Amino acid sequence: MAIETREFTLKTEPFMLNFGPVHPSTHGVYRMRTTLDGEVVLDIEPVFGYLHRGIEKLAEQRTFTGFIPLTDRLDYISSMSNNMAYCMAVEKLAGITVPERAEHIRVILAELQRIANHLIANGSFLNDCGAYFTPFLYMFREREKILDLFEMVSGQRLTYNFMRIGGVSQDFPEEFMPALRIFLNQMPRFIDEYDRLLKENEILLARSRGVGILTQKAAVNCSISGPVLRSTGYQWDLRRADPYSIYDRFEFDIPVGIQGDCYDRFRVRMEEMRQSLRIIEQAVKDLPQGAVRAEVPHLVRPPVGEAYSHIESPKGELGFYLVSDGSIAPYRCHVRPTSLINLTALREMVRGWKVADLILIFGSIDICLGEVDR
Amino acid sequence: MKFERFGLGIIKGLTVTIKNNLRHPTVAQYPEQRLNTSRRIRGNELIWSRERCTGCGTCAKTCPQGAIEIVTSTNLAENKYVVEMYRVDTGYCIQCGLCVEACPYDALFMGYSYERAKYRREELVQADDMLLESKERPASGYFHPEIAQKLPRQTLLVERINEER
Amino acid sequence: MALVDLMEVNTRLYQQAVPPDWPGGFWWHWLFFAVVLIIFILIMVMAVIYIERRAMGRMQSRLGPNRTGPFGILQPVADAIKVLLKENIVPVNADKVVHWLAPVIAFVPALMIFAVVPFQNGALLADLNIGILYVVAISSVSTIGVFMAGWGSSNKYSLLGAMRNVAAVVSYEIPLVLAIVGIVLLTGSLSMNQIVLAQDIPFVLLQPLGFLLFFTAGCAEINRSPFDLMEADSELTAGFHTEYSGMKFAMFYLVEYAEAVAIAAIITTLFLSGWRGPALPPWLWFIIKVIIVFFLMVWTRTTLPRVRIDQLMSLAWKFLLPLAVINLVITAIEVLFLSALPWLIIIVNFAVAAVLVVMWSKLFFKLGWGRLEV
Repeated sequence: MAIETREFTLKTEPFMLNFGPVHPSTHGVYRMRTTLDGEVVLDIEPVFGYLHRGIEKLAEQRTFTGFIPLTDRLDYISSMSNNMAYCMAVEKLAGITVPERAEHIRVILAELQRIANHLIANGSFLNDCGAYFTPFLYMFREREKILDLFEMVSGQRLTYNFMRIGGVSQDFPEEFMPALRIFLNQMPRFIDEYDRLLKENEILLARSRGVGILTQKAAVNCSISGPVLRSTGYQWDLRRADPYSIYDRFEFDIPVGIQGDCYDRFRVRMEEMRQSLRIIEQAVKDLPQGAVRAEVPHLVRPPVGEAYSHIESPKGELGFYLVSDGSIAPYRCHVRPTSLINLTALREMVRGWKVADLILIFGSIDICLGEVDR
Repeated sequence: MKFERFGLGIIKGLTVTIKNNLRHPTVAQYPEQRLNTSRRIRGNELIWSRERCTGCGTCAKTCPQGAIEIVTSTNLAENKYVVEMYRVDTGYCIQCGLCVEACPYDALFMGYSYERAKYRREELVQADDMLLESKERPASGYFHPEIAQKLPRQTLLVERINEER
Repeated sequence: MALVDLMEVNTRLYQQAVPPDWPGGFWWHWLFFAVVLIIFILIMVMAVIYIERRAMGRMQSRLGPNRTGPFGILQPVADAIKVLLKENIVPVNADKVVHWLAPVIAFVPALMIFAVVPFQNGALLADLNIGILYVVAISSVSTIGVFMAGWGSSNKYSLLGAMRNVAAVVSYEIPLVLAIVGIVLLTGSLSMNQIVLAQDIPFVLLQPLGFLLFFTAGCAEINRSPFDLMEADSELTAGFHTEYSGMKFAMFYLVEYAEAVAIAAIITTLFLSGWRGPALPPWLWFIIKVIIVFFLMVWTRTTLPRVRIDQLMSLAWKFLLPLAVINLVITAIEVLFLSALPWLIIIVNFAVAAVLVVMWSKLFFKLGWGRLEV
């Protein structure tokens, strides 16, 4: 007796789901139109521009010094790095040298800013994983200490407006050094506490190990930079490859990942915090006395020309391209937005994973919408 | 993705949380306990000194937002400007402090207090006598070290909570 | 052949604590216990909400609610009042009857479980001799309520959340029941009162693996973290109770905590020897133990991230189920041959539990799928 069998397959249809601009997990106003097949993500289409404020056009109407508060608001989580990149671009254009003490102060503040940024990045990553705010709040507690130091120095906690063309705006107050010393003594053990809580957590490993793998070749082709690139195994750090300021005097390691998955990015950021502490220790040890600001007129008129300077900001390579025509305002200012260029790899990383992984991979790239949209 | 290490990582994490349970929480109960802000805080308002201001207008030229408006007239007898109106729209102000830094006569100060919200948008535009320093509007030490010395010390989290880890 | 001689146990303990003898007979007993149970559940739910928020706050280095009433004790009352005052919105396309009936069907089984939980020797609403089987049967009914909520909301995200919930609950029933069968083998009776009376040695020592399995499966049944992806705030919308507001939402909120208390009560009865204890009155011991078990649940919620849906199913079918079956086989062998030497049983069980967990997680277990080809 012949028995007829038929293939029974379930017919499914992909549908479109909108992760709207208002969502608890997209770090800012960012919209993704995802095509899902059940739980599996087939394709995403990003829609951004909800935070566009026209900063590059505004630069043409502000003076060179008056533009510094606006650069604060680009990547509002790490303002010191933005200030530093912009001031370095103008100094390169106008040929101004920065005094030694100012360079040391800039390095100390930039590395403190890197620690603060990585604390938020990892805290939000774990929040997206579902750990109910616990690591997030622990990391914010340490970020409070850094923000206290920044408030002592510049007067504000988020948009510092501290670097000036030719140096920094003021010197450290006298209570800064003791407080920094206490912070440097305490912080390594807090990072150890985070590792004890999270490094071998099986659920975190199961969620993020092997998820969202970005190959080295794809990362280099998409011009990804920052911890995302280093997690793929490619050892590229602008502080080593193209040293700016006085970074060639300090010794530090560059943490590198193995596979390029979410867990590697998380670990790379943790280790970078330790290396930043090392750099701050060395910078504090040989801090010279002297002026903190070069003699630069308030309305700077750089000679006609163009300059591009880039730094290793906590999220990647942040660059400013300035064109001057001899007047008090830039003729054109363009920002190389780290987060936007890192975001272009999202589509490749996400296809084939599930909705829960989409949120996780997106969080591990660590973007800030202020930079994406400018 | 194998299930690595059979649960030891979870147990380590549980010990960390339970230890934090027994520690003092890092909170300050606002508004009963207020922490001291930095001496250089760029607070919510601008303070102007009528005696020192000469009406040169450097602050208005420096402000990135264009929030300062000055109207002067000449006093030829004493060869000076007389400031008739000095108006700041604190709604436009982004508290960057560039005006305080730029003033050549040290006539501008940032405010020290940060709880200065108003109910109406018109009240944000402050002019002349509203901008003078008074007891409700103390001045902060941003770019004014002589005032910074007299202000109370900032409360620092590193000094308040210092448990061993 | 049971582990304990029930006849001897019954006669010995019956003389120590005499259950109350009601004058009106059965109906007064029923009325008294029905009223006491409802009041007990409502008060325990409020206490448990308060404990969770305070304990979770302390673990996250912040205070919990502390403004409403001294130490924030009236916070659940404030929550209840707020929720009662909200407008009851029903979507236009919703199936009205299903939408209305869903919270009721979800809530009633959580109440009914308490009918067989002993507060004191013989102090039960109904001393069924199939006690634990009744509990298993009734606890599955609330899933129907959840699915009705998802379907009746006419919202595709609610349906997605409800289907995930049904899949999870159905999968985790089996390890739950198999862990219970281990206990029943040791006792020889299904009645909850007898199980408590038989625990001269608390069964958590005799069945460590059973305790772990029951705890994990119980947390998954009631949608508590780390298995709370049915109402994950950092993913899609709020899951099956998106379209509910007002008193119906309060019902779902109540269901979640009432089931948590129910599972804690069952764990206390089965594993921690219920109301037995030295000095205090028995019902006080019962409440203390329930609160301890609930604190354990809060502790795991605060620390652990969430698992993904396919990892959830893999955990149930590939990890918990084989361990439950092996646990059952080993318990059966021990009851046959070693029933006179309880200390040997304890040692053997702990050794077997440790070996099994290690071996299973290293060799046989692969958690979830990887990336699918699209």
